[in-house]
Order: sequence, then structure tokens, then C-alpha cells
Amino acid sequence: MSLISVLARAEAMATGRATPLATARHRHLSDRPLVFVPLTTAGEVGAPLGALVGTDRDEPRLLAVPQPRDRDLRFAFLAELAQVVLPYLESYADDTETEPATRNREKSEVCADAPQIVVANTSAVEYVRLLGRSTRFRRTAEDDPDEPHPVPARVPLLGRWLTHYGERARTPGSALLLSATELLTRHWATGQSNLEDQHLGALLAWVEPPEGMTGIEAARRAESHRGPDGLLVFPPAGPATDPVFDNTVLAPAAARYDAGITGAGEEIARLLAGQMRPTWDAVWRSMDLLRELPEGAHVADRWKRDRWSYTSHRDRVRAGEPPQPRRDDAVSAAQKLAGRETAQVRLEAQEALDDPLVMAGRRLAGEAFAGRVDRVEMAMSEGKVPKPRPLVTVLTQDRPHLDEDAKLYRALPDGRTQQARFVEWAGSGAVLLRVVNGMGRGKVPDPGTVPEEGDEVCWTLFEHAPRGGAGLPEPEDTPWTHGGPPGAAAATVTADTPTAPVAVTESPDLATTEDYL
Amino acid sequence: MDARALAALAANPGCRRRALMDAAGVDKAAVARVLGNPAPFGQSQFAFVRGHAFEARVKAEGCAELLRLLGAPESTEAVLPDLSAPGPEGRVARTRLALKEATAAGRWTLLDHPLLVLEVADSPVYLEPDAIAVRPDGSWTVVEVKSFPILDGSADAVKVGAAARQAAVYVLALERLGFGTPEHRVLLVCPKDFSNLPAAEFVDVRKQLSVTRRQLTRLTRIEEIAAALPEGTTFDLRLADDGRTATRPAAELSDAVDQLPAAYAPECLASCELSFHCREQARGCGAVEVLGRGVRGELGALTEVEQVLAAALGTEGDPDDPAVAALRRAHALRAEALGCR
Repeated sequence: MSLISVLARAEAMATGRATPLATARHRHLSDRPLVFVPLTTAGEVGAPLGALVGTDRDEPRLLAVPQPRDRDLRFAFLAELAQVVLPYLESYADDTETEPATRNREKSEVCADAPQIVVANTSAVEYVRLLGRSTRFRRTAEDDPDEPHPVPARVPLLGRWLTHYGERARTPGSALLLSATELLTRHWATGQSNLEDQHLGALLAWVEPPEGMTGIEAARRAESHRGPDGLLVFPPAGPATDPVFDNTVLAPAAARYDAGITGAGEEIARLLAGQMRPTWDAVWRSMDLLRELPEGAHVADRWKRDRWSYTSHRDRVRAGEPPQPRRDDAVSAAQKLAGRETAQVRLEAQEALDDPLVMAGRRLAGEAFAGRVDRVEMAMSEGKVPKPRPLVTVLTQDRPHLDEDAKLYRALPDGRTQQARFVEWAGSGAVLLRVVNGMGRGKVPDPGTVPEEGDEVCWTLFEHAPRGGAGLPEPEDTPWTHGGPPGAAAATVTADTPTAPVAVTESPDLATTEDYL
Repeated sequence: MDARALAALAANPGCRRRALMDAAGVDKAAVARVLGNPAPFGQSQFAFVRGHAFEARVKAEGCAELLRLLGAPESTEAVLPDLSAPGPEGRVARTRLALKEATAAGRWTLLDHPLLVLEVADSPVYLEPDAIAVRPDGSWTVVEVKSFPILDGSADAVKVGAAARQAAVYVLALERLGFGTPEHRVLLVCPKDFSNLPAAEFVDVRKQLSVTRRQLTRLTRIEEIAAALPEGTTFDLRLADDGRTATRPAAELSDAVDQLPAAYAPECLASCELSFHCREQARGCGAVEVLGRGVRGELGALTEVEQVLAAALGTEGDPDDPAVAALRRAHALRAEALGCR
């Protein structure tokens, strides 16, 4: 934790209320997000118990599995989930824009907007991945008539989409799949630890304590206040359930269901809805709070990358490509990792540029400095065609870690980035630097491109638009020592059978009779 | 105290409260309930049933599946000695005897739920691993059966870490037997993917072993902690005749508990029944640890939130102290950024 966020947490602890960590909203929020609140069965992997899902906050669709050990009921749940989620995901597929060609890319089509799924916490994000993993290799009766446990149509497709969303969520700054806890913790500091912030109810209690209560009291109540029935008034945000609920309420109801008592299924659905509804409301409330912050200037840029991600998966599905493999081959794994590293650096730079509070943290860390321009001295470079290289002295209270000839960057009003080089410390708190670009082509700098005396400027030691390292070689040029040429066998299957609707190259998972227990 | 408690204690060796209450066999969950801060966790019967069904499957048919996972040649049959005996001492003795015999026998032997003993801070702690396998060459492998899945060859790192720490405690207990050679890798058996089929991986626990060994020597001797307590301190709940209702006033119990200094950190919330009680106390004195263990590193000698804020505002603290100076700058920068909103 950086010192500035420790201080924010200490302030929150003293005031009894969360304190801001950002003055802008750093994540895109869709006008029509799909909220998904799943519950899972304790001890069973990927056996859903129920879910609230939908785009209308007043009318969530309730899905419930009265007996999670029954495979048919689980499949029915997934089929219903596919009925809600797939039309939503597909509703963005046909509204496209044309991207003009650039040096590296041909003219291409990108979806004008993309669907966004919002869940409660990071475990729910993992659960989306898990649901995707558990369903994308399933086979329908149409795929394989001999399949002993065929899933309803479209379930494998749901799995592929959930996998894509789960995978994309690992890219820093992406917003296709968001969790409410991450959204809130990015923008507010509470007076408790990171671990406790994972509890959505407690976190929200800090950000917005009810009248007459401090954050501590409200969070404490959200964590452990139980009603006369012994159940938590604010059930956990899932996917795991409260063990007390399992043992005292759900187990007897499930026994009634197993005994064939009429109405037991409906009773279970009602019980599950009661456990999920507070979380559903909390997720929507979190988004309300986030919407009160103005959107950061670079958020649209990152959302565009999400739109690209959505578009390319749409294309893969349309082209009939097989589902994502269980494990990435070496080349794709290296590419993903490199992409995420670049995204992380880009995110950090963009958030700092969009938000003075984030920049304050970078300034405290010595990675940027702000101050007033004290002197500007025109100078020219040596060489055949001398170029303007003005020398600027900036007075700052900050203490940047400046090495000899360090590169410096600042954002110009038109959005471009200007570079400079550190020359020397011209006295205490006075940085002398030489501006090296962004001044146009002429002998005289374009107007407004050189700081003037009295201007307030902020220079960073980090790049504003970091690029990844050198590109990786094409898969076919990758030596076998690095896992290439990879997936040769799989590639031929798709190439030979272009008409196959979905060429399943990986076998479905094994099942045992104990799935019924 | 069991292996899990021991592993948790080893993760926070400075906590005298936990050390003494665990060693004395106090039901911390019951104490927490009386104090009005019940433990935040429990086990769902669904998970319990599933876990047992899985272990039964692993050990079905003379542990055939387990032998395969251990790498025994096909159709090997293992000796499964009877380890039952009255009382823990008896079971420990049976286990010891069975291990001795099996090591000399030169064939596969599986000890199902053996009982081991480990001296912790001068008190015996009984430990019950899921199984210990003795190979024909006489080496011992600890087997730990868990119900979280190995999905596509990988499992939840947090859960694997906890299992490894727990298994390391068993290996340590085996080493202290004074004979035989326990392997420093344990077999972790988990369900494969979404099925109930067992899959297994050997987990190297050398690191956890040395950490546990070191932490256990750091554990303050229980006697020392007990000696520091006022005469007559007890954690007795004075249960009523129904054996469940505590009649001891919470304030009195709280006084007794507070005689024992605790070392609270947010990590305790995941493993200690008393954590809510300790957290409330830590919050009460404004300790910075409630914000996270790593926070202390940034703050130098400042241990209380009040001090941190006073230093940041410039009303207290030595400006030459680097932590104080950094806090002042942080406060000024934060105020400036929030002001221009």
C-alpha cells in the first residue's frame, strides 16, 4: 500500500467514513450493464445454486437450482442463464463502426459499443471463469448424438462467452467484466484492511454509512448482524453462501424437495432470492456511486480496446472456431502476459494523467513533479539544421528522482505528449530541462507548445503511451524450444472442416456417478 | 489444538492469546459467542458431506486409487494396519508401532488416519493426517486429501498453501519420532476438474517445514504466558445444566481474555475464532495494524492512527523523522489534489 493510500485509510478510520482515492471515474460504465449475482453450492465445484441476472434493477431474473446434485437441474439452470445472457451479449454484435486503415492495420470493423457484465466481487469474477470452463467443452445432442449427458443447445456457446469475459477481466483497466468491490476500492479508501474490503456490504457501508452510524459500526453490522432467525441480515455477496443458511434453512428445504413435497422447489427459489437480493441491490448502488464521478479522459480509449476484444471474439464465434483451449499454448500465453503488462503500465499512466489525486501519489513517489515555470530561455540544437530546444526552469516543491539526462513527459493541451530532457538542478527545487519535441517543424516553435513564464506545468518521469516490448515472432516462426509451432494438429482440423459449426478439438470433461452423490 | 490451528499459530507466533488458549484446549468459538463477537465462519454440511464422500472414494477397495496415485505398480496391495486404540496416547503408540513394523516390512503399507504427537511450547498436540504411506524402501509419504479441485492441472494457490502448511506440521511430527525417513514432499489428493475422480500432485513442503520449525521455536513457552497471568484466571464459561448456555457474564470473561496480549492482524479474520473480538480491541486503541500488516512498514515508529494523522497535519512528530516528513508531504499533496476538484 502506498503512503498516500495509507493516509487516506487513516483518515477514513478517524472520520468513520470512506475517503476518496480518485477524483475521476477510471472505469467505463455501460448505460445498460448486465448484473449477475451467482450463488454456488458449498463443496461442489461449479455447481450453481442460483442467480439473479438481468439489465433491469427492479426486475432481476431469478434462477434457482432446487437440488444442485441433480445434473438435469443444473443443465436447466445453464440453459436458462444462456437464454438471458446470450441475447444480451449478441444485441451489441451488429451495430458496428468502421475503423479507418492505419499503418499497421487494414480498414476494419469494430462494434460501436460492447456488453458489460457487472458482478459483486472478485470471487464472482472467478466464478464467471469457472462457469465458462465448466460449460464450453460440453456437448449438445446435435454435436454428438452419443453423448451420455447432452447439454441444452447454446450452453457451450455461453461457456465460450463467459470464458472470454473472465479472461478479459485479467487485463488491467478492462471493463467488459467488472466487480463492484474493485470499482469501489479503486475510488475510495475505507478505514479497514484490503481483506475486509472484499465484503461488498461492509465496503459499501464505509462509502455510504446509514444515517447516524459510522463506517465502522455499519460495516460491522453488514458483516455479522444476524436476525432472530439466526441468518445474516446482509448475506455474503457470494458466490459462497453463509454456512448457517446452508445448515439451518437450505438443507431442510432441500430435504423437503427430495421428499417430493409440493411447493418445496418454489420455497427454495424464494429462500435463495432472499439471500441474493441484498447483493443485487448493492451492486446497483455501487454503480450509482461511481456514476457521480466524472469519467476520466482516457476511459473511452480503454473502453475502445474492450470493444475490440468483444468484436474479435464475436468474429471467432462467427468463424466457427473451436472453444478456447484448457491451457494456452506457450505463444498465446506469452502474448497475453505481454499484453497485460503493457495494459498495466498504460493504465497507471492514464489514471495519473486523468486524475490529480492519482498524480499526487506519483509525485509523492518521485515519479512526477509539478510546479511553476520560472524562466524560459530559447536555445537551438547544434547540427546542419538547428532546431529549437528551449531551456525551461521549473520551480517545484516535489522531489523527483531525476537521473542524469532523464526523459520527461508532459501532456499538451491538444492531447499530444511532449518530451524533454533533464539538464540539472538549478538550485534548490529548481529543475532545468530542455524541451526536445512537440514544437512543430519550423525554426520557431508553434504557438502554445513551449511553456511560458508563470505557467503551471506537470512533468512525469513515466511515458504516457507506453508500448509493449519488441513484438513476438509469428507462431510459425517460433522455435520449438518456445512451444512453437503450436497447436499444429488443432489448426489442421479447423482448416479441413471449415463447415463444421463448432470443431470441438478438446474432449469433454469426465463425469462420475458421484456427481449425483 | 490440531494441525490447522498449529499452522495458523505458526503464521502469527507473537499472539500469546491464541497460543495459550489453543494449548489449554479452550473452545475459542464458544468464548467468542459469549463475548458477543461470534466467529465469522463455519462449515456447510454440503461441503462436509462432499468432502467425506470424496475421501471415502479415494480410500475405497483397500485404497487402490490412493496406491495408484502414489505411483505403486499396478495391482499392488497394501497392508492396512488397524490403528484403533482407546485414548489418544494409545493411538499414538499404535501408530508408532505400525510405522516401525511397516518400515522394516519392505512392502506398501497405508496408515489410515494415524495419530501423531508434537510437543509445542512444552504441551503435547495430537495430529491426525488423512493417511501416511510407507513405501517398500521404508520411506514415508504424508497424504492429504482435500476437496477443492485440481482444474486443468492447477488449484487455488491459497488453498494449496494452507494444505502444504498443514502437511508440513505432520512431516515435522514424523521427523520428531526419531526413526524412519519422512519424505519432504507430500501427496495432495484432490478431485479432478468437475468430477469426483481423484487426481494428485506431489507438493514440496521443505519451505513450509523450515518456516513451521522456526516459528514453533519462537512460540513463547506456554508456561511463561501462564505465569504472567493473575492467579485464578480462567476461561470457564460456567455452562448451565444443558451444557450449552454460558452463565458467566461477558464482562468477566472479557477481562480474563484481555489479560492475554493479542497480536491482531487482518489475516487473523480467516483463521481465528476470536478475531472479531481482537479486531474490536485493536480498533479501540487505534492501532494501525487494523489497516493491514504491511502498513507498519511505511509508518516507522508511528503505531497509532491518531499519531499518523497528527504527524500528517504537522501538529505532532519530529519533522526530521523521514516517516513524519513523508506523511506531511502526502497530506499536502492530497489536500492540493482534492482542493482542485
